[in-house]
Amino acid sequence: MANDPIHQFRIHDIAGPWNIAGYEISFTNSALFMGITVGTITLILFLATLRGGLVPSRLQSVGEMWYGLIDNMVKNILGEEGRTFFPLVFSLFSFVLIANMLGMFPYFFTVTSHVIVTASLAVFVVALVVVVGIYKHGFGWFKLFVPHGVPLAILPIISLIEFISFLSRPISLGLRLFGNMLAGHIVLKVFAGFVVSLTALGIGGILGSIAPMLMAVALTALEFLVAGLQAFVFAILTCVYLNDALHPSH
Amino acid sequence: MDASAAKLIGAGIACIGMGGAGIGVGLIFGNYLSGALRNPAAAGAQFTNALIGAALAEGLGIFSLVVALLLLFVS
Repeated sequence: MANDPIHQFRIHDIAGPWNIAGYEISFTNSALFMGITVGTITLILFLATLRGGLVPSRLQSVGEMWYGLIDNMVKNILGEEGRTFFPLVFSLFSFVLIANMLGMFPYFFTVTSHVIVTASLAVFVVALVVVVGIYKHGFGWFKLFVPHGVPLAILPIISLIEFISFLSRPISLGLRLFGNMLAGHIVLKVFAGFVVSLTALGIGGILGSIAPMLMAVALTALEFLVAGLQAFVFAILTCVYLNDALHPSH
Repeated sequence: MDASAAKLIGAGIACIGMGGAGIGVGLIFGNYLSGALRNPAAAGAQFTNALIGAALAEGLGIFSLVVALLLLFVS
């Protein structure tokens, strides 16, 4: 069915499938749009840094604002020693932002509306927190789960709660982005579907379809806000979690 | 009641949880705004914290949406 709101998330093979080492591997539309996302980021940043003028051109100031936003965020949350993680946070932010924005074009595939993509990014971030934390502090990093100043009697419960909340981080980080993109795109398609099915009713339906049409326009604007905001939130939470790896005693 | 009807009702009930997330996000931004109007000079530095709080509150609402979607689409 063409006006099925879930239809837009279907993954189909563009080339393949090839049988490699017993696995069915194929080039899907998801992989294509991930490639387009990376290509777009590279192109924008390449053009923005092509001619570094003292007085920035319009595209150059886009690049500078983009860089400055993440640079400020990393400096504010992680401090000076967190500069090592700037490339990681910048890459994650750029990938999520451009993938969300590309998904707003009609007939384009939204890479971040699939839980496997967002969960991979989130699990990578939290695994990195564990690795960096143990690398920097040794087993002292586990002080993260033992907040000081807590009475000894309730310390086991608090530690358990801290541990569970740490384990839920990859789930919540991945599902937040996934859920926002999925829900937003479904809502857009549902309102667009109202317009189509009301128009089929004749002249009264056409007049009645003005309201959902205006709603769809407003929701599109809201979705652009959500696309940017979720990329920003993903980058901020990455910084906050990495801060636990660098400074575990809180 | 047959199982598919129970699934649809369950998905609807699961979405009530999103209302709680809506209340939480509204409280965070409402309080941020009232604080920002009292002391506009300090507002800019706290906007990031407001966003972190809103993202954490919103994530819990997304969980209930995911439960609803699991009920609807996972057989």
